[in-house]
Amino acid sequence: MDDRNILEIRGLRSYFFTEKGTVPAVDGVDIDVPKGSIVGLVGESGCGKSMTVRSIMGLVKYPGRVVEGSMCFDGRELSGLRENELRKICGDDISMIFQEPMTSLNPVMKVGKQVREALMIHDRSISRAEADKKVMEIFEKVGIPEPEKRLECYPHQLSGGLRQRVMIAMAMICRPKLLIADEPTTALDVTIEAQILRLMKELRDETGMSVLLITHNLGVVAEICDYVYVMYAGRIVEQAETFELFDHTAHPYTRGLLDSIPRIGGSAERLHTIPGVVPNLLHLPKGCAFCNRCGYAEEACHKAGGELMEIRPGHKVRCIKPLETEVKA
Amino acid sequence: MKYFLKRVIGTIPVLLGVVLLIFIMLRIIPGSPVLVMLGEHYDQETIERLTELMGLDQPLLVQFFDYVKGALMGDLGVSYRYQRPVADMIMDALPYTVKLAVMAALFAWVMGLVSGIIAAVNNNNFIDRLFMGVSLLGVSMPIFMTSLVLQYIFSFKLGILPMTEDGSMVSMILPAIALGWNSAGSVARMTRSSLIEVMQADYIDTAKAKGLLRGAVIMKHALRNSLLPVVTMMALQLSSMLSGAVITESVFAIPGIGRLATEAISNRDMPVLQGTVLFTTVIVIAGNLLADMLYSVLDPRIRKGE
Repeated sequence: MDDRNILEIRGLRSYFFTEKGTVPAVDGVDIDVPKGSIVGLVGESGCGKSMTVRSIMGLVKYPGRVVEGSMCFDGRELSGLRENELRKICGDDISMIFQEPMTSLNPVMKVGKQVREALMIHDRSISRAEADKKVMEIFEKVGIPEPEKRLECYPHQLSGGLRQRVMIAMAMICRPKLLIADEPTTALDVTIEAQILRLMKELRDETGMSVLLITHNLGVVAEICDYVYVMYAGRIVEQAETFELFDHTAHPYTRGLLDSIPRIGGSAERLHTIPGVVPNLLHLPKGCAFCNRCGYAEEACHKAGGELMEIRPGHKVRCIKPLETEVKA
Repeated sequence: MKYFLKRVIGTIPVLLGVVLLIFIMLRIIPGSPVLVMLGEHYDQETIERLTELMGLDQPLLVQFFDYVKGALMGDLGVSYRYQRPVADMIMDALPYTVKLAVMAALFAWVMGLVSGIIAAVNNNNFIDRLFMGVSLLGVSMPIFMTSLVLQYIFSFKLGILPMTEDGSMVSMILPAIALGWNSAGSVARMTRSSLIEVMQADYIDTAKAKGLLRGAVIMKHALRNSLLPVVTMMALQLSSMLSGAVITESVFAIPGIGRLATEAISNRDMPVLQGTVLFTTVIVIAGNLLADMLYSVLDPRIRKGE
């Protein structure tokens, strides 16, 4: 494992074993999260992004299961750990925030207690009063006004933005080395989204933690990510540094995602969309998984899928005829 | 507290309505209570005197308000057959019913909750099926049959427990199991399905991601949420048991409220019947109220005026 990385995922496969057959939701994914950086994992719904991070946290739901692969966190292999060993790391060194702040907090427990709990699980010597003090500090830090009053609130008494801040506070209170954020702003208003993204960036700058950010929104990626992975049908199809990806987009799928972002002042009357839908993972095309929706697909694309190839330094793409070479040549 | 008072006041019209209904129904039934009391030998003068004495010559409305007024003071009339105040008879029967109901409810809740949780945790494996099978048996077997089977095994064959009520606590064990098993089954099944559903909730993932172990996730986060619907059912079960388990009390010869009511029916003892039905109504309403209160204690989203 590279010392500069906090997390290295190699050859991760997580499948759903359904009655209709085996669904390869995550099919051989490699991801590196360098220390102190924010890495984006982008893709449409159902492409396997959530399943990838759930595999790290041991949260894959039945009938899903991690089949193989290595997940190395800070020099420690996570796959194959017993549940109680994994839980010692979870919430302490790795923490996670979820998509739905409305349902991700226990409705019958005061939010102060829920955040305090995260602290007290990993530090059994801390007293309740001390823990409460720390909770208030972190509430202040994540921008929750009147923290001492909010401690006694139930989730339903807070707005969506505040609840997501509570989730972030809960995730941050043990000063994790890695924060996994699964679509943290999808359920929020755009103005709140900007605030939450800025907050995550500030916390990264302040504590030096790394962030693995799952999103389907390339606008979010452009805003805060250092490096991006694009996922399609359970596989990484393109990976590059953020500017590189936006400037030299190589995979037709990434191109399609970029073109689908509405722009103010754009001349197109209709919003660009990628034709078709995400393929059924039970019946993937024989060749490239994207070939049926790809405007550039040739006969060869339907036969062979292609491997992840490095086309420029740090920029890999899974496509037998990447756009960049074609356009520039 | 205000919410609580409001709810209590809200039950008054229900109570009055029920009293009115019972009252009317008992007057509609053919046959004069006076004749029942006097038996075979009577004359016209006695009938008239007795009718007047019992207030039956008054208009129905006056009789009704007299009854309500009496009931408010704790006077539910006098039994035609035993010439005893109905309130006293209910108070005599109550301890038996309470003893039976409390024991049956405890059995039902402990068994129901524990096996529901065990079954949910072992979702779909052999242990789950075993516990659910036993509780299905409890739900689907009629109480009189459960009672007879229990009596046959434990009293007749093994001889370790008394067949019928004899004043001791031990003699209450079989009736409590017979009565409680049925409720235990429903509690178990509901706890199981509710817990399994709650375990799929997003906040359970949050709790796991925090680093809580499975046991702690269930005890601290899942259980309280999953008990919300179960608690309502448990409170209603207790109130239905307290209002007299007619079949269980008959099979085990327990002189409780249920027996009082059935006897009153066969004796055409209207005041007693009226009294027991009224008592049942009060208990059921109180049970509902209790369920509501518990619910708002467990679920902060329901609390009002805070």
